Amino acid sequence: MKCEKCNRPATVHLTEIRAGKKIEKHLCEQCAGQLEGYNPTKAHAPINELLTNFVLAHSGMTKEESGTCPQCGMSWSDFRQTGLLGCEHDYAAFDKDLTPLLQRAHDGATHHLGKVPTRRGGTTVPVKRQVDLNRLRKELSRAVEAEDYEKAAKLRDQIREAETQV
Amino acid sequence: MKLSDLTSQAGEWLRGSGPMSEIVISSRIRLARNVAGFPFLTRCSKSARKSLEEKIRDTILESKFSSSKTFYVDLESAPDIDRQLLVERHLISRPHKDAQGARGVAIGENETLAIMVNEEDHLRIQVLRSGLQLEEAWEQINAVDDQLEASLDFAFSPRFGYLTACPTNVGTGIRVSVMLHLPALKLTSEIEKVFRAAKELRLAVRGLYGEGTEATGDFYQISNQSTLGKSEEEIIGDFKHVVIPKIIDYEHQARRALLSEQPLALDNKVWRALGLLRSARLIETEETLVALSHVRLGVNLKRVKDLDINKVNELFLLTQEAHLQKILGKKLEGSARQAARAEFIRDRLSAN
Repeated sequence: MKCEKCNRPATVHLTEIRAGKKIEKHLCEQCAGQLEGYNPTKAHAPINELLTNFVLAHSGMTKEESGTCPQCGMSWSDFRQTGLLGCEHDYAAFDKDLTPLLQRAHDGATHHLGKVPTRRGGTTVPVKRQVDLNRLRKELSRAVEAEDYEKAAKLRDQIREAETQV
Repeated sequence: MKLSDLTSQAGEWLRGSGPMSEIVISSRIRLARNVAGFPFLTRCSKSARKSLEEKIRDTILESKFSSSKTFYVDLESAPDIDRQLLVERHLISRPHKDAQGARGVAIGENETLAIMVNEEDHLRIQVLRSGLQLEEAWEQINAVDDQLEASLDFAFSPRFGYLTACPTNVGTGIRVSVMLHLPALKLTSEIEKVFRAAKELRLAVRGLYGEGTEATGDFYQISNQSTLGKSEEEIIGDFKHVVIPKIIDYEHQARRALLSEQPLALDNKVWRALGLLRSARLIETEETLVALSHVRLGVNLKRVKDLDINKVNELFLLTQEAHLQKILGKKLEGSARQAARAEFIRDRLSAN
């Protein structure tokens, strides 16, 4: 098949629906490039991206998108494409969208319970307290799950006390 | 110390000297870290990437854990074969080998320590030890992390922990991987047990070179997937006290079953493999690994008595493409490489 506009072989085949009418176009790469709105990378989206978008569209997750990180300029949809964040501030910028994703990846966890760096200058104490608090909250939810209300009450008091110190 | 000094000996991961080394090949822990104030690598300009690399490299080489034996390889300028050699020794990942731009790896402490610079995260600190040595590995890597942190401000939030480019690594940034040699479970078609044991604790099972690779030569890597909401010690504890003992036990059972119920079939596998390695004139990497795996089982079960296990362990590594070419000192492709590999193996296995 030859390109509709020139004589080169047609390699791009577009189907458009306009006002209920189907319009087919057969073009070569060059002529297609001049067409408004034609984006070859979009046209050749990898299958996993198509699937992700499909799943997202049907789970209603795309509706309320986080905006763009003011520090690095990364948007939530940029992240969805690569799976990699742009800078440390993205965690705050995309907080709402990231949380369900983190829960899925980390067995429901949303808070850090591990090592705390001994930062130069030693802002350590409040940070350490915060992580201790993370642990207490996790223990509390476990105690409630196990219906150990006595333990839960104790933990609740400990959390209240710790919160006043953070 | 430099790269070419490594070639002739087995790397730490195949030294085969640690506890439980009949089954546990190696224990690996890596920590993902990023330097605060620099964007992650997806958003790093060329020049920021370069200055980041220099800053991290200099910090590593000036740290207390560095010695005269610590060296840094600039991977942007390193030739293909050197980068491949580092992959074969498990010192860098495949993506790090194939990436573009300023990046490198610092190697120290007899190859037990490798720090990748500008991989997916600014730093990927790795400690690799023979056999089952998870606690020792954690102690070592924790100390290295502390010393680096004395000079580098790592991106960290009290809620999310260490902040990483991929949210699947956030929190502790830890990946624990134990490499196991499970030929008997494979021979008795019981390898599914391993997948089930791992799945119970949400651990991943991978092949020889990690993510997306096949379990060639009956090597299986078990690694954690979740990094948030548990402490490093808890994550390591799941391996040490739950999963690994269970899998070791399965493999022991399968080995005993082979010995008592099918000794002839076992010997047939082992001796055919040894015959192949001692006679082949042309041999591929994959075929080599499969045969070596059976021979390794035979030596460990004392079915083959005149062969040193270290020699077998070494061959797993030295017959890989980059090692072979480095040792022989020439570029070899296709059947010339297969012929050279076959000759190298025959030579090693005849001189006892």
